[in-house]
Parts: sequence; structure tokens; C-alpha cells
Amino acid sequence: MKQPPLEIDDPGFTASHRAQKRAAVRGSQRWSRRVGLSYLFLAPFLLLFLLFFILPLGYALWISLFADRLVGGSVFVGLQNYVHAFQDSNFWEGVRRTALLLVIQVPVMLVLAMIFALLLDSSIVRFRTLFRLGFFLPYAIPSVVSALLWGYLYSPSFGPLTQVANVMHLPAPGFLTASGMLASIGNIVTWQYTGYNMIIIYAALQAVPSELYDAARVDGATGWSIARYIKFPLITPALVLTGIFSIIGTLQLFNEPQILSTLVPNVIQDHYTPNLYAYTLAFTDQQYNYSAAISFTLGAIVFVGSYIFMFATNRRSLR
Amino acid sequence: MAVRMKMSVDQEKRHQQNWILQGLTMVCLVLFLVYFLLPFFWLIVSATKTNPELFSSFGLWFAPNFNLFNNLSDLFTNDGGVFLNWLWNTTYYAVCSAVGASLIATIAGYTFAKFQFPGRNVVFAIILGSIMVPGTALAIPTYLLLSKIGLINTPLAVILPSLVSPFGVFLMRMYSEQAVPNELLDAGRVDGAGEIRIFWSVALRILAPGFVTVLLFSFVATWNNYFLPLLLLSNPSYYPLTLGLASWNAQASANGGAQLLYTLVITGSLVSIIPLIVGFLFLQRYWQGGLTFGSVKS
Repeated sequence: MKQPPLEIDDPGFTASHRAQKRAAVRGSQRWSRRVGLSYLFLAPFLLLFLLFFILPLGYALWISLFADRLVGGSVFVGLQNYVHAFQDSNFWEGVRRTALLLVIQVPVMLVLAMIFALLLDSSIVRFRTLFRLGFFLPYAIPSVVSALLWGYLYSPSFGPLTQVANVMHLPAPGFLTASGMLASIGNIVTWQYTGYNMIIIYAALQAVPSELYDAARVDGATGWSIARYIKFPLITPALVLTGIFSIIGTLQLFNEPQILSTLVPNVIQDHYTPNLYAYTLAFTDQQYNYSAAISFTLGAIVFVGSYIFMFATNRRSLR
Repeated sequence: MAVRMKMSVDQEKRHQQNWILQGLTMVCLVLFLVYFLLPFFWLIVSATKTNPELFSSFGLWFAPNFNLFNNLSDLFTNDGGVFLNWLWNTTYYAVCSAVGASLIATIAGYTFAKFQFPGRNVVFAIILGSIMVPGTALAIPTYLLLSKIGLINTPLAVILPSLVSPFGVFLMRMYSEQAVPNELLDAGRVDGAGEIRIFWSVALRILAPGFVTVLLFSFVATWNNYFLPLLLLSNPSYYPLTLGLASWNAQASANGGAQLLYTLVITGSLVSIIPLIVGFLFLQRYWQGGLTFGSVKS
């Protein structure tokens, strides 16, 4: 809306203008106080976030561009560490291993979690609280303890699984051998996190209004078609969330192989997973610069993996 | 009449099928329950055995001698009572980190939910994106930076990084948006209360359930943390339980398991998980509620 130009000599102008201006000043004072207050409230978090998140990331990026030389000390080498990382077979061996775990273990775990959640949400199962808590319990304990526990359960000298095999005159299962190790680690991860993922999916199911089911039942939908056409689409966001957390967690695998490597050091070498490799590079070999480059490359792989996954699931759920 | 008969036969058949299906489902679920709980049972059984009995008796049943109390007294006296020290360290780190992290995340989440300010969306997007940054990419540079300022090998080295909880901020923003009515805040403002007072005496009370959820998850995350303390602490008297138990296990394996360290690791593991299990059982409402929030709104 256009207003006619104001006349300066209009007697009403100055008074109303002044009042307007005063209000505007007061408003902007309140506004800036609000902004200041907002950032004051955010200050503790933002400060720590900068110090323990942004700064280390920036620092890692910075030192990954340098190399320690015998002569001349720290030298700027540009992307040379990254070129090296891309050609490093130790690194890619670990990436391949965790990726294998990702494509086999994660789907198994998430499908199990989804089935459990659907069952515990339906009326055909009794003692639902018992199952829910029992399945979730492994999540509550430290992954170090679960790796120790399973390491003992797998143990060829006093593990009960080997004892059972001996009693039945079967060959002892090779849980801690080179060929069995990845599956054994996959089992530990599945054992620990299935219940957690189940609870996330279950929570999404609980949020579905029950009128929706009643309406579907009136229309003659069976239990299966309710699960397929109503429940499944509604828990898709929860499944995507659990999928992303699993991608991040699996590619960063460290605790389980590190603990198990003390039992069988010749099976799990220092580059068994990328994370273990970065740790060894930094703390055994003192190659901080290269270790930072490895960490960053791994971070990039995690990021790209999560985004591809998000993109793929988004497109599918749109269709 | 015949039609009705046929229907009831069909129904009966269906009922029977349902009954069989239900039975099979229950059997499967019970088998999985055994899978999830068996390691705990093994842990409890093994904590009652002596070290030789670990090797000589069947792993999934008790040995003739009930040795739990001896193991416990060994656990708490071995190496000058260092286990008690680890237990205390873990509690101390977890309590400080959890209280700090959830308070900071609650204030930040509330601010994102209830204030309009320039940069709000950008800053929040960065925080949200940081959830996806792998911890490894952070841990090693954090170690290097902290060692530059001499904070390595101190309790603060573990506590300070644990105070940052981007997921907590996300959770508390969602919670504030849903739980705190704007009218209530406006009423407070009309009454002339300052924003700090409104947050402290009005909002925080409503946000308490969300606060407890973040508290619980930060507590568990710190209690269970291994990677960060492994990098940042080298003095065993600062170790948390996870690091201490892992170091005993490494010693036991290096020595071929000949001495009593295995029973110590097993008994120590049992003791270390009891507080968490009890906590989760008693605070069910909070963690289940918190996870609902995370999943529904994403």
C-alpha cells in the first residue's frame, strides 16, 4: 500500500513521527536485548561446542595437511596425506571389512528389531513388558563389558559353547579364528543393539493413534495388511533413523575388535577396522598427521554413506 | 443353518490356526529372550567360581563351591583396592558430565524452541549435522589439543568433552516446543518476570521429564565410554571402570589366564553393570519417552 508523501509542515507529523520513532527505538532495544539474551542462554553450549567440536575438527583438518620430516620438522604437504590414504591398502582393508558388516549385520539387526517391535505392539504376544526389557537389557551395559563377556563365551579354553560342542563330540566352533572373527563381532553388535533399535521402532508404533487401526479393521483389513500398509509406512522415519545410527556406529567400530584383539592378537591386526588403524597410527606410530587424514577420510565415508542412505530411503518413501 | 455351520467351522479353523501361530511366535520370542539374557546368566554363574573352576566346570551352571563373596573381596582388595577407585571415578565422571550436559542442553534446546534470533536456523543446522560426525575424527585431535594445554591425564579431560550433547539439544528443542505453552511464558513476561527467572522457575519445571531423559542418556554414555578415556588417561588411578577392566583383561590374556585376574574381570564386570541395569529398570518411563521423541519427530 502506497502512502501519500508526508508534508513536513503538517503539524500532526512531527508528534506522531516522534512517537513512532520512540516506539521503534524501544522495540529495537527490546529486540537486541532478546538477541543478546538468546545468545547468552546458548553461550555455555556454543562455547563448549566450539572448543570440543569445531576446534578439534578444524585442528585435525589443519594438521592433516602437514607431515613430520626427519629433516625440517613439520612441513606443509597439501593433500599428500589424503593421496596416501587413498592408496593405503591397510585402510581400505578395514573399510571393506566394516562395509561387509554394514551390508550383512545391519539389515539382519534392523529386520529383527522391526519384527520384535511389530510383535510386541500386537496383541498376539503375552508378557510384552518382559520381552521388551529383556531384549533391551544388553544396550544398558558398556560395550567393553559386552565384548569381554562374549570374548569369554567364545573362548576355546573355558567358553560354554566350546564345552557343549565337546560334550556332543562336535568340532569346536572357531569363533575367534580369522575366518570366524567378523561374524563373532557381528553377533556381539547384534546382541547389544537390536533391543535399542527395537525400542525406537516400538516407540514410533506406540505414537500411532489407535483409531487408525480400528478404521482399518472396520474396512476388513487383516493383521498382516495392517502391518504392511499402515504400520510399516508409519515407522519408516524411525527405521531411517536407526539405519543412520547403525551406519555411523558400524563404520566407526573400535571397542569390540580392540578388546577381542587382546585375546587373539594374531587374528585382529592393528588395522582390522579403520578406527583401530587411526588409533594405532596416532598412539603407537606417533604419525598424528597421517592419522588425522585417515580419521577425516573415514568421517567423509561415514557422511557420504549416511547421505546416500538418507537419499535412497527418502526417494523410496516418496514413491 | 448349513451356512452358519460352515461359518463356525471356518472360524474354528481360523482360531486354531491363530492359536498355532501364536504358540510358534511365543516359542521364537522365548528363544530370543534366552539369547539376549544368556550372557548375563553366564556372568552371574561365573562370578561365583574360582579361577580353576572357570576352566574345569560347565560354564552355564554353578560349581560346587559358591565363591562369590571371596571373589568380591578379592575384587575390592586387589592392587590396593584400585577397583573401588575406578568405581568412584566412573560415578564422578558420569554424574558431572550428565548433570552438566543435560543442564546445558536444556537451556540451549529451550532457547532454540522459544526465542527468535538471527542465526537460529543456521546454528541449529550445524548442531544437528554434528550428530553425524564420527567420534573418531574428534577424539585424536581432542587429545592433541588437550595435551597442548596440559589437561591430559586429568578428570577434566574426560568430563569437558562429555558436556557437549548435540543430540540432547535436539531432544530438548523438540520437547520444549511441545511441552511449554507460549501463553505461559507470555503471562510471565506480562507479570514483569525476566527471561532468566521465567526459564528457571516456570519452564524448567515443565521440562523436567525431558531433562531426566537427557540426564539418563548422558549418564549412560559417560559410564560406558571407553574410547575417549583410553586416549586421554594414562594414569590407572584416573581410569573409569571400562578402562580398568579392559586393562586387567589384557594382563590376564598376556599371562595365559593362569592367575586370578579372569575371575576379577568377570566379578568386576558384574558389579559395573548393576547400577545401569537398576537405573534402566527404575527409569523406564524416561528412556522410553525420550526415544519416542527422537523417533517421531525426525
